Amino acid sequence: MTTVAAVAVPVRSVSLDLRAIKIVVQRDLIRTLQDRTRFISALIQPLLFLFVLGSGLSSLTGSSTGPIDLRTFMFPGILATSTLFTAMFSAISIVWDREFGFLREMLVAPVRRSSIIFGKALGGATVATVQGVLVMALAPLVHVPLTIGLVATLLAEVFLLSFTLTALGLAIVARITQVQTVMGLMQMLLLPLSFLSGALYPLSNLPTWLSIVVRFNPLTYAVHPIRSAVFGHLTLPDEVRARLNPPITWFDWEVPTFLQLLLVAGIGTLLMAIAIRQFQKVE
Amino acid sequence: MTAVSVRGLRKAYGEIEAVRGVDFDVAPGETFGFLGPNGAGKSTTIKILCTLAKATGGTASVAGFDVTTQRDDVRRHIGLVFQDTTLDTYLSAEQNLRFHAELYGMPRERVAPRMRQVLEMVGLWERRESKVLTFSGGMKRRLEIARGLMHSPRVLFLDEPTVGLDPQTRASIWEYVEQLKQQEDITIFLTTHYMDEAEHCDRIAIMDAGKLVALDTPAALKASVGTDRVTIRTADDATALERLTGAVQTSEGIVISVENGEAYVPELFATLGVPITNVSISRPSLDDVFLSYTGRTIRDADVTPGMPAMFAAMGRR
Repeated sequence: MTTVAAVAVPVRSVSLDLRAIKIVVQRDLIRTLQDRTRFISALIQPLLFLFVLGSGLSSLTGSSTGPIDLRTFMFPGILATSTLFTAMFSAISIVWDREFGFLREMLVAPVRRSSIIFGKALGGATVATVQGVLVMALAPLVHVPLTIGLVATLLAEVFLLSFTLTALGLAIVARITQVQTVMGLMQMLLLPLSFLSGALYPLSNLPTWLSIVVRFNPLTYAVHPIRSAVFGHLTLPDEVRARLNPPITWFDWEVPTFLQLLLVAGIGTLLMAIAIRQFQKVE
Repeated sequence: MTAVSVRGLRKAYGEIEAVRGVDFDVAPGETFGFLGPNGAGKSTTIKILCTLAKATGGTASVAGFDVTTQRDDVRRHIGLVFQDTTLDTYLSAEQNLRFHAELYGMPRERVAPRMRQVLEMVGLWERRESKVLTFSGGMKRRLEIARGLMHSPRVLFLDEPTVGLDPQTRASIWEYVEQLKQQEDITIFLTTHYMDEAEHCDRIAIMDAGKLVALDTPAALKASVGTDRVTIRTADDATALERLTGAVQTSEGIVISVENGEAYVPELFATLGVPITNVSISRPSLDDVFLSYTGRTIRDADVTPGMPAMFAAMGRR
């Protein structure tokens, strides 16, 4: 008779929580890498925006973008928008996990629930960043010169943005049990979020109401740094720069880029805390 | 130390009481069966014991840890196999077990040998690299059992482990459970509403409408509802009935209730004086036990749950 020692699970420690976070992220990556259609379909949207919508509208906008191509202008916004979609849909995966029971396997484990939820957010952010790399590969096609410095800046900003957005997604879906419900909800959220962020148009000369709404959209504060990074690598007349990439102002005060990024990080942390709280409630 | 100890346990969902004051103990190494119709409060009780639901009254401890104040300790010492599958079907069997091992913080050097051990036990070692998607219902359940055992828990909870499986797979699941009792120092706590399966348990608790109505070994429970029934057909029933005290004429024949049917029958042949054409002895089954404690057969109880608690519990999930 082979008797096995009854207990093999060590007492909780920080390293165990880190292991849990790591495996949750790893699973999300494995699942995503297996799903090639997801990658391809997620690339189709930015391609459509840039080359179909962008090219089509170019004939209409003509010289209003000055010396630069409309598609070059749109590129940072499209990068942010595609991050938005991927990150939010990554958050939906937790509803799938719930519907297919796997969430229960995670939630009954002897680790902090916050580790599981944080792992999910980190996983979603990683997947969205990988997706962002694919979109960045399109940059040379729309005359954005990719340098190592620009890629590094964009990667960091996209990662920050996607973490915040996945956290937003998790906070929203925490109590939702059906994928069907969440799909509808996301559809309702995604377009307004991207339309009202300045991703698709410059923030100059907007009607007052729109310029106010845009300032309340957290996404605005992620789109702007991304665009500023790209525009920093373009040679443009000051007048064009001011029109296409005007600074964000609060009551005439120019909000510095680091503060915008800090704001995004802060909102992400807050949303993460809300999501964790939501998932922590026991029956 | 007891493996599971429950005192005055209650759980209410709003106005509806799903569990209404339950007490019992499970000894280490025991296989303990929780029997009852759907909505009797079995799953709610298990959820509380697994720290997935909070009791509204009473106390419970598992492996020596309190389920409300020492939740993580409880979780470390239990394995869970739920009614519904909780596997990631897009991952392989091996990846599912590895995920579990990491989540439970198993010492790294123990993961590989333990994985082989549990997968071999449920006969899935050869299929370890296949995606769970390609598994049949029975294979998935076996994999869940393997995963529940992965971290060598002290108490294994099996919630309706054989529900929805074909008879052959059901039989093989019970083989694993028997094997498990031999090989591991483990307490098994299971729920079922198949009476024949409850026979595999060392002790059975019958739950009905949120309360325990009986708790004992299967043999003792059957003995408590009485005696063997001897049914005979004879050449002359009228005379036979006259000569047998306490016998009843039914459509099946003449039924006599006796303590020990096997000893009684030869005696009957010798003394009755009327030719007997047919004889059968039946022992009380757990169905009879259930009937006598709840006033219904378990099938009737399932068809008409009559327990709004069941729906409430489902809605809260």
